[in-house]
Order: sequence, then structure tokens, then C-alpha cells
Amino acid sequence: MAGQPQREPKRPGTADPPMVRIALIAIALVFLALFLFIPVIAVFAEALQKGIGAYFAAIADPEARAAIRLTLMTAAIAVPLNVTFGIAASWAIARFDFPGKQTLLTLIDIPFSVSPVISGMLFVLLLGARTPLGGFLADHGIRVIFAEPGIVLATIFVTFPLAARELIPIMQAVGSEEEEAAIVLGAGGWQMFFRVTLPNVKWGLLYGLVLCNARAMGEFGAVSVVSGHIRGHTNTMPLYVEILYNDYQFAAAFAVSSLLTMLAIATLIAKRFLGRRVVPAKQEQDDLAIKVAA
Amino acid sequence: MSIELRNISKKFGDFVAVDKINLHIETGELVALLGLSGSGKTTLLRIIAGLETPDTGEVLFHGEDASGVAVRERKVGFVFQHYALFRHMTVFENVAFGLRVITRRARPAEAEIARRVHELLKLVQLDFLADRYPSQLSGGQRQRVALARTLAVEPKVLLLDEPFGALDAKVRQELRRWLRRLHDEIKITSVFVTHDQEEALELANRIVVMNQGHIEQIGSAEEVYHHPANAFVYNFLGNVNLFHGRIENGRVFLGDTAVELENTHAHAHPETGKAILYVRPHLLEIVMKPNGKQTFPATVKSINPAGPQVKVELVAEWGDMVQVEIDHERYQALHLEPGANVFLRPKEQKLFVYSI
Amino acid sequence: MATKTKRNNVLPGFGLTLGFTLAYLGIVVLIPISTIFFKTFTLTWPQFWAAVASPRTIAAYRLSFGASIAGALVNSVFGFIVAWTLVRYEFPGKSLIDVMVDLPFALPTSVAGITLTAIYAGNGWIGRYLAPLGIKVAYTPLGVAVALTFVGLPFVVRTIQPVLEDLDQEYEEAAATLGASRLQTFILVIAPALIPALLTGFALAFARALGEYGSVVFISGNMPMHTEVVPLLIMSKLEQFDYAGATAIAVVMLSVSFVILFGVNVLQRWSSRRLAA
Repeated sequence: MAGQPQREPKRPGTADPPMVRIALIAIALVFLALFLFIPVIAVFAEALQKGIGAYFAAIADPEARAAIRLTLMTAAIAVPLNVTFGIAASWAIARFDFPGKQTLLTLIDIPFSVSPVISGMLFVLLLGARTPLGGFLADHGIRVIFAEPGIVLATIFVTFPLAARELIPIMQAVGSEEEEAAIVLGAGGWQMFFRVTLPNVKWGLLYGLVLCNARAMGEFGAVSVVSGHIRGHTNTMPLYVEILYNDYQFAAAFAVSSLLTMLAIATLIAKRFLGRRVVPAKQEQDDLAIKVAA
Repeated sequence: MSIELRNISKKFGDFVAVDKINLHIETGELVALLGLSGSGKTTLLRIIAGLETPDTGEVLFHGEDASGVAVRERKVGFVFQHYALFRHMTVFENVAFGLRVITRRARPAEAEIARRVHELLKLVQLDFLADRYPSQLSGGQRQRVALARTLAVEPKVLLLDEPFGALDAKVRQELRRWLRRLHDEIKITSVFVTHDQEEALELANRIVVMNQGHIEQIGSAEEVYHHPANAFVYNFLGNVNLFHGRIENGRVFLGDTAVELENTHAHAHPETGKAILYVRPHLLEIVMKPNGKQTFPATVKSINPAGPQVKVELVAEWGDMVQVEIDHERYQALHLEPGANVFLRPKEQKLFVYSI
Repeated sequence: MATKTKRNNVLPGFGLTLGFTLAYLGIVVLIPISTIFFKTFTLTWPQFWAAVASPRTIAAYRLSFGASIAGALVNSVFGFIVAWTLVRYEFPGKSLIDVMVDLPFALPTSVAGITLTAIYAGNGWIGRYLAPLGIKVAYTPLGVAVALTFVGLPFVVRTIQPVLEDLDQEYEEAAATLGASRLQTFILVIAPALIPALLTGFALAFARALGEYGSVVFISGNMPMHTEVVPLLIMSKLEQFDYAGATAIAVVMLSVSFVILFGVNVLQRWSSRRLAA
């Protein structure tokens, strides 16, 4: 009844007059062209302003490569950590009852409602050179703020809820019967986890991972605060774009931007593809004994 | 207002929902469209309402072609299986809806609208719930509100799509009786869709039995039950046993026994091949000895004496499972037990032979 | 209802997962968040007030609020239309558009920022057509509003889309059989069912816009008292090592964000109760 796919043949009782349809579609297209399509085209057009040679030179520049490396490294640390957290949190929340569950959910969402600038500021206040904790670390030769560790920490903070938010509903929707069956059949906890739980949530997991990664690589505001903008060292790609732009190296700035835009578009496509498979339908029951005993 | 359907067909993609249907419904009749899911009954109803457009054919109201007439102009009342009450409006506002959307010039005054709404709510005995929201009502109450809502705009035709399908058995029975009484009072041309043959038999003046987009039979309850036009109708209405037999030299055999066909309704059948006989459980007699008339050997498997009749399950000599219903006196007289070898005799006739 | 800790008796891992969850949450989120409150308490009241209520700050609030509301309103109207056409109509390119709606989520904000600036600058792709009309976008509050519209775009569309998809068309058919015109059906039957989602989308777009930094910092020009939004102001203070001032303003911002989020929660609970089938 509810949720019927709108690809059904047109029902006369619910059809809009043709003029209305055309007008609304036109308005929607113009609006989206203005705010979505023109910007995407502009990125690539501006990047190639000085020709394709300059484009590749900009990307191959040592500082650009350092920025790319830092971006990738940050994501490589932040994403697995947050995804692991997502798995743990969704397991605890979806499979067990305990007081304060709603509060926990609200707390997990906190980084979502904090402005990026404030997110970065939190770490400056916590681990800056002048703070007790920061001073202590500095004495031991560990710089956090205005250095790579700070960037990683800020990124972990802002991407914290993304995987969990996808996994929690998935874990709840998939239900625990298969896992309980596995345990009753004699599987150990980790066996159950790898053979039953993970396969069932794999699409939601990938979806959360993709979202987390996109945000981790693309974060600007929070990282800007903690990075100190030291060229070649503490610039991620989004920050490097800013530096190039402020230096009036527009074509180069857009060249690096084009890489990030391509990443964004790849993320969108992955979202679409994975989103279709994140259907919390009850899976066909494979022979559980085989899963466990094999 | 009478309804006529001429040569109506409708396909959804490759699926033929309705195939060249012709149907005439008299003013004031209460007609049931009876069939399984996929038989086309709901599609046909929606075509009458204008909620689907037929691929071919016309719908005529009182002789006039309504094909070009939009849903909102057709003055048909439509009651949905899941009520479709507007959740954010009270009962009163729901029932008043049809009156309030009339164009300003023709719209009655608010006081008049209120009067009519309350009159209708009294008719469905729900006036005391006028200020509640649909979520606060039971299923039966919601359906009555839905009915009141459609009646508010004084439709010429009332269409109901499995109106009681979402309700409990007891509520269903109550509402069935209630709808019958309402129809007797208001005499509005009504068509309702159901898969429940009991409902159709109880409520309708005429029943249209549908199957895979075709009409199998149209007739009164008496006609379709006692004089089914074909095996499908016979099978669909009421319980029935299927006996698998064979044809040899123009004669039908069940096991070793030849079937006497003088008193059976039989389709023309080939000289040899297979045949299926249909017999209702309460039209089979159990006797201990063959006594001249046509009988078939069978063995008792189980007996269920709970209920108005005793249900006996047997295995016929040729292997088919048979269900027989006999009354309690007969059962006592026979002293039946599981394992007993008995004979089955079809009462009167009502054997229905259909060869395949 | 018992409030004891009921554990699933069969499944393992409760202690492990909950323990890790709480520990990770504490380290990554709670401790950093709490520093801001500790820092706030070290401020003297005059310090706090000076930062929070200075003319420059007040100008920043006005711009932030105004531009965020403007952006969220534009998104409410057009986002609704986009959602409607995506769900109800078929047209070429529909899948592409459906995918692209999430672009502001996926695109780094600095990329968005420099691109919008390039487009709306006086000699930019669109800016060059607006300049002769006397409309300046870049380096004006209008530019800020444009940027904030961009970042909030997916919120309204994505909150309305699922509600619209789940809307049973039987309600519209019922209204049609009762004689309602398409417009009447939309106003009286469809729209009321969508209002909660619309409000939620608006609130989310608004909250996001309030805190936005990267998309705005390039197109606004950062002129204090004129085109400076609150996140920019905070950044400015940080660069000058005025941590006290930055903290004070941040606390105000956080409080507003939490109030909005709380409001959204209440709204969602109220609407699900009222529209329960």
C-alpha cells in the first residue's frame, strides 16, 4: 500500500495538468542548473584556463603532491577508526537494551551540529601549545596543533557520526535472528560476526564508509583552524586550494579543485549504487550451518 | 443511474488485467465483482470510477458515454479498502470535504454543510465522534466515516473496493448486514469488489464472477451457486471435491466404476482422455452397502464431529481425497470409524463433469 | 516497564562494544566539547559580554541569521519543487539530477567557495550578466546568501523526497472522487502531510547555513560589519589569538545550534504522533 514505486503507469486521479508539469520541471531544472551544474562545469573550465599542460603541472607540483598525500593519509586513519566505531556502536545499540540509549544517540550526533570552525577550535583549546595538555605533549616533542596529528584529530571529530548513522538503522532492520541462530548452532562470537553479521550489513557499511571518506577528504573549516597553513606540511587538498586562490593562482586552484570535484562525483555515484542495495529486507536464509561450520 | 461497460480492456505492461468486458448494471442494483487477486475486478471498478483509463471500450452512465469525463466530474462515490480518510482532518472535516470543495458559486452555506454532515454521521451512527481524528477510531468506524464521506456529495453510483477486507471477521459481518440495510434504504446503484464468496452471496443482487480478466458468470446468488456455468465458478463458490477420472469409449470412469451421467451437468467430452468431476461435500451420501444406485467405494480416514455438520474425510478407491458433510443423526446411525470401508453416493445429481 | 539493563542473553559482545563505544565517544567528542565549556568558565563576565555583544559581533549575527534564513527559505520553495518533480514526474536526465542533488554534501566547501566566487564575480559566468543590472553578488551580503543557499540545497529535497514517495496516492484519488480540483487536492490533502518534513528540512538547512565557513569565506570578502558571518568572525579572532572572544561567540553559536536541533526533534515526534495512521 504505502511506498508504491512512482514508476507505475499514470493514474488519472493523481495526474497534474500538463502545463503545471512542464512549468515545475522547468523551474526545478533552472534552479539546479544555477546552483549545481554551472558550478561543476565552471570548476573544470577554470582549471583548464591555462591549457592542459598547466593543469598537469599544477597537480604534479611538490606542494600539491604533499597536500594529496596528507589528505589521503588523514582519510586512511580517520575513516577506519570511525567505521569501527560505527560497527561497535550499532551492534551495542541495535542488539541490546540499556538505559540512556536515546542519550547516546543524541551524543553521537553532536559533531553534526557543531560548526566546522568551532570543531577545529575545540582541539586548539584542548591541545594548543599554551594549554596544559598541549604543553605537556610539546615538552615531549609531540606537536599536535599546527601539525599533522591535529589535522587527523579534527577530521576524526567531524566525520565521527557518519558511519554510525548509516549502520545503526541497518543493524536494527536486519534483525538478530540469524546471529542468534549462529550462536545456538555453536559459533563463537567472532565467527558469528564475520560470517553472519558483516555480510548482512555490508552495503550499509560501504555506504557509511563512502560518506565518511568523502567528508574526511573534503573537510575544510575545521582543518583550517588546526593546520596553521604551513605549505608543504600541514595543508590538505581543500586547504591547498585556498592557498592557491589567495595567491591569485586561479587556474592551479581550480586544477586541484577539479580533483576534489571528481572525488565528489565518484562519491555521489557510489552513494547511488550502494544506496540501492541498502535495502533492509530479510535476506534469504542461506544454510547457516554451512556458514558456521565451513 | 445505470452503468454499462462495453468492450472494456486494460493492460498493464504485458499483463492483461481486463479483457473485453461487457456488463450492464441496473439502477439501484447492488452488484458484486467476485474473484481472486489478479482477476481484474479492482481494475474494472477503478475504470468505472475514472481512476484508470481503459485501453479500449466505453463506460456509459445512464446511456451517456463517460469516457471523456474526469474523475471529479463523474459523481461516483468510491470507498477504498484502507479507507483513505484524511489523517489531518477530523471526522466532521472528512465528511464535509466533498461539500467544501464545490466551486464557490454552487457551494452550500457552511451551516447547511454542517447540517448535512451531522445527518450523515447520524445515518452511520457516528455523530458522537465528529470531532475525533481517524487515528482515534476503530477500523469499522473508519469505514463508516469513509462511507458517509462519499454519500455527502450525493453520488449517482457507489463503488466499494474490498470495503471490509481490512477488518476483523466479526466486524466484517456486522458491517455487511449494515451495508445491506443501508442499500435497502437508499437504493443507490452500488458495485463492490470482493474475493470473499460468502460476502458476495450474502450481499449482492447479482454476482459477477471474474477470472483472469474475463467474466465467468453473471447471476443471482442462487444462480451462480446452484447452476454454475463452468468448473471455475463451481470450484470458486463453496467447497467442492475434485474426482480425477478417465474417459474410455465415451464413458467416464472413476476407478473401476463407470459414472452414470444422465443426471450430471457435463461438458462435451472426447472419446478418451481425462475428466474431473466436481461434487459438493454435502451432496455426497455415505452408505454401508451399494444398493443399486450409483456408488463409489471409499475408506474413512478421519472424522470431525465438531460443528453443525459432521465432516468426514475419506480416501476414494481410485486415490482421491474426499470430504463429505453429513448431519449428526446420519452419523450416529452409521457408527463410522476410521478405517471403515463404505460407499459414497452422490445425492440427486450435481455432479459436474469437466474434461481436460 | 522495567528499566534494568536487559541484555540479549544469547548474543555476545555487549560489554566489548558498549565499552569501546563509550570510550571512543568520550575521547573524540565529549572531552573536546567539554573544553569549550571549561574555557567559558574562565572568562569573566565583562570579557564574555564584550565579545558577544560588540557591534561587530552583532552585525555578524544579523548577517548570519538573515542570510541563513534567506537561503533556507529559497531552498524550501525550490527544494520542494525539485523533490516534487523527482518523485512525481518522468523526464530525461532525472536520474542524473537525483544523483547530483547531494553535491553540496560531497563537495569540499573551499572548492564550492572559490567556484561560486568565480561564477558571481563581476566578470564571472553569471556575474557578468548581473553587473549591468546593477546587481553585485560577490563581496556582498547577497553573495553570502547565495553561498548559503548552495550548502543547504540537499536538505529540503532529501527530507521531503521520502515522505512524498510514501504518500499513498489513494488520498488524492479519494479527493478526486469527492470532486476536488487538482489544486484543491494539493492544498487540502497533500501539503498538510508534507509540512512537518518541510519544516524539518528548513531547520536543517538553516542550522547548516549558520555554521558554514568554507563556502562563504571566499565570496563574502570578510569585511567586518558588512559581509562577515559569525564563523568568519570566530576564525578571525582565532587568528589573532583572541581565544577568549572566540570561545564566547562559539558558545552562543553552539547554544543556538542545540536549540534548533532540539526543536527539530520535538517537531518530528509531534508530527509522527499526529499523523499516525
